[in-house]
Amino acid sequence: MLTLFLILYPAVAATLIFLIGGERIKQIALVAALVELALAGYAFFVFTPDATSQFGFDYPWISSLGIRLSAGIDGISVLLVLLTGLLVPFIVLSTFNRTYKQPATFYALMLFMQAALMGVFTARDGFLFYFFFEAALIPIYFLAAMWGGENRIPVTFKFFVYTIFGSLFMLLALVYLYFQTPATDVATHSSAIADFYKLKLTPEAQNWVFWAFFIAFAIKMPVFPFHTWQPDTYVEAPTPATMLLAGIMLKMGVYGLIRFILPIVPLGVETWGKTAIILAVIGIIYGAIIAIRQRDMKRLIAYSSFSHVGLMAAGVFSQTETGMQGALVQMLAHGINVVGLFFVADIIFSRTNTRQLDQLGGITQSTPKLTVYFLIILLGSVALPLTNGFIGEFLLLHGVFTYNHYLGLAAGFTIIFGAVYMLRMFQKSMFGPTSSRTESFADLTTSESWVFIPLIVLVFWIGIYPHTFLKVTEPAVANLMKYIGTTAVSMK
Amino acid sequence: MFPIVLLSVFGIALLFLGFLKSKAILLPATLLFLLITLAVNFLDWNKTYLYFNDMLRTNNLGMVFTAIILLSAFLVVALSGSLLENEESQPAEYYAIILFSLVGAIMMVSYENLIMLFVGVEILSVAMYVLTGSDKRNLRSNEAALKYFLMGAFTTGIMLFGMALLYGATGSFTLGGIGAYSAHSQGLSLLLYVGLLMLLIGLLFKVSAAPFHFWTPDVYDGAPTIFTAFMSTVVKTAGFAALFRLLSVSFVGVYGFWWTILAIIAAITLLVGNVTAVYQNSFKRMMAYSSISHAGYLLIGLAALGALTKQAIVFYSLAYSVATISAFGILLLVARQRSIQTITSEGVTSENFDSFNGLARQNPFLGFAMTVSMLSLAGIPLTAGFWGKFYMFSTAVERGQIWLLVIAVLMSAVGIYYYFRVIIAMYFRDGATEAIQVAPFYKYVLLAATLLTLGLGIAPGLLQGLF
Repeated sequence: MLTLFLILYPAVAATLIFLIGGERIKQIALVAALVELALAGYAFFVFTPDATSQFGFDYPWISSLGIRLSAGIDGISVLLVLLTGLLVPFIVLSTFNRTYKQPATFYALMLFMQAALMGVFTARDGFLFYFFFEAALIPIYFLAAMWGGENRIPVTFKFFVYTIFGSLFMLLALVYLYFQTPATDVATHSSAIADFYKLKLTPEAQNWVFWAFFIAFAIKMPVFPFHTWQPDTYVEAPTPATMLLAGIMLKMGVYGLIRFILPIVPLGVETWGKTAIILAVIGIIYGAIIAIRQRDMKRLIAYSSFSHVGLMAAGVFSQTETGMQGALVQMLAHGINVVGLFFVADIIFSRTNTRQLDQLGGITQSTPKLTVYFLIILLGSVALPLTNGFIGEFLLLHGVFTYNHYLGLAAGFTIIFGAVYMLRMFQKSMFGPTSSRTESFADLTTSESWVFIPLIVLVFWIGIYPHTFLKVTEPAVANLMKYIGTTAVSMK
Repeated sequence: MFPIVLLSVFGIALLFLGFLKSKAILLPATLLFLLITLAVNFLDWNKTYLYFNDMLRTNNLGMVFTAIILLSAFLVVALSGSLLENEESQPAEYYAIILFSLVGAIMMVSYENLIMLFVGVEILSVAMYVLTGSDKRNLRSNEAALKYFLMGAFTTGIMLFGMALLYGATGSFTLGGIGAYSAHSQGLSLLLYVGLLMLLIGLLFKVSAAPFHFWTPDVYDGAPTIFTAFMSTVVKTAGFAALFRLLSVSFVGVYGFWWTILAIIAAITLLVGNVTAVYQNSFKRMMAYSSISHAGYLLIGLAALGALTKQAIVFYSLAYSVATISAFGILLLVARQRSIQTITSEGVTSENFDSFNGLARQNPFLGFAMTVSMLSLAGIPLTAGFWGKFYMFSTAVERGQIWLLVIAVLMSAVGIYYYFRVIIAMYFRDGATEAIQVAPFYKYVLLAATLLTLGLGIAPGLLQGLF
């Protein structure tokens, strides 16, 4: 039942916020998001670390087709549920010094988005997953296209068409899988994900189902060469929407890889997994190199995110337990870091009206708080030991290295490149002489500090004691690995 | 059978009501008639009857299609208030013609004999020719009516020829008789195949499937908007119900012969409809091509005739009809009040996308209703249109026609392009500042259509009991 609340509550809260409107809508939205965080946090700490699905609900939906409203939290969902619950209040808090026109609609859309994301990460039915996967797109489209930058209309439109296009292939694959499940006289076919796991598809079918899923998820993440929508969208979208996109939404893609591709089409992964890893590694290096060349802070972070997500994809396709664990932890870590980084970019932009690195500089002279917080988040993103990024990247690289030494080596460049572009960004913006724009740069306000403080606590928590998070995912991942193993072997 | 009798009587009654000085009673009376018919329709629920010397057969499926047709007609009539304001229009006649045309449509969904199908098609078509040309002063409307009539009359001839050939082959006009003949898999007369093809051409013309779609954009554009809404929903639903009945009862035996033809036609229809829609500047013409493309999706279900087809066509027709009517209803409001009709090269009017600029800001409700209907037509989740597509795709996957689906998926992505042009215009572009007045009743009708689309989008199982 808890899962049902996690999905329904933000939707109801969003509707109310939309209807109430008024001056204090920010505060109301924040309280609403904090309640959801409390629910998600409760789910995380009460979760029993084993391979089962917990707090679930299950109702008939389209009974003539055997499609059910079925969702629950298992070891793979749990971190993402936590992430979704965690980031939204901070994203809302990050807007406290900004005014958006039609604020009620703005915050309502954010909470709708949260409801859809919760649905994506907890769905146990293939079509329910698809339903939420697409439903998440509508609020983010409006957020980006209504409150975005100058070029927002064509850019967000491209984003929308791209992702829908990918998802339609996933729909085909899901419908196909549905008809492969056995139907008896008593019961129809089934669309439960657990039933998809039991299928023994022919190698040919696995190949095309692999691609149908892969295209959908690769566009969402994005993986090279499906990424062209991403940097522009990240830049044009208003920063809170970018945070949602980079912090949570791209994780839908990685989650999909883990949830659908690996266990359902293991032979497809065996045939095409290497291609996928190579694409991911190209993305890692390509994204990093382009990030180094960027002058715009937001664009730089966008490319860095593209690079990092490539590593997550590579880790998943390494089909190792460490790779998978790394991907899960890294999703959490990356969400925290990227939201922090985008917030820094937003603060700098709101005070100087520019995000161009060569017009900034010397900010650190007047801003002790911002400097420290920015540095910590940045080091987390660079994967310094004791920070959250280190745990994830270490596990991921370990996984990729086990799969193939050369690919592991190539993916390892992410650490070096990451340090280059991140430190360069820090140096150009924070150090050096002040420019006319940064002369009177005010330090963080209280509400801004309160965005950073909890994020930083988490940066260290995950970095120093990752066991809290790894232990909950471990049984589920081990269970998943077993699936991959048995299905692949039995097909041979 | 009851709806046919009732509608005929009500139609005549409406003509007499037209003698009254005040036109105010016409609209409520028509709506009441439609509601009564809708209620009476379900009297025969769960029973099967044959009427008029076995010419008509009522069954649950037929009643569901009848209900969709009546519901569409109800929504269209409810949104047709502007007819009453126009001095020159003759609302009594229009409403009567609409009721009479519904008689034809209902015959098309419950025929048991090909002659009855023919009569139904003609009753519906003749009414449509008249309504298309009802804007007498508008040259484009006249041209559209003439075009529609000439092409329609021609295809009627082909269809009738096809029926004659089928009779020659099978010695029967009844669906059952033809079905019994075509069930023998071997030694079938060539006349059967030719007859079937000609009959298909006639019906595919009515539902505007490519390559028989050429009349659609001109006729949709030329006809007064309210009748375009009627035409694009009622005619299509009736046409597909007729096709489904024909193919599923009489020609299952020769499935191997016709499914490839329908699948190829579906593919062409999808390509033509979607790709051409992208290039339109007039919203009405875009909707015309969109209607062609939806015929393509519906044909997928027929080409993959199976256990799921019935459900798929019913759901799709309903989802499509509600969304389309709501879109045309909003167009009607916006076009009339903003007087944005632009003069095209031929000196006639057309409604283009710019008319929707900034609509969401001036009237959030209209913006929202239009967004929902566009999302539904584009097949995005949370709306009924998504499940319509879902069912359609399911039928084809069940039959393993993956190639057709890949085309359909690509074309769905293209579809998003032109449906979103409306949303972009409404939300992200600045436009006229004057507010749009919406009469309360009009608002409730649009609200009902929007809620229906969303309700079916979230709980598609609501229709479960009906099939």
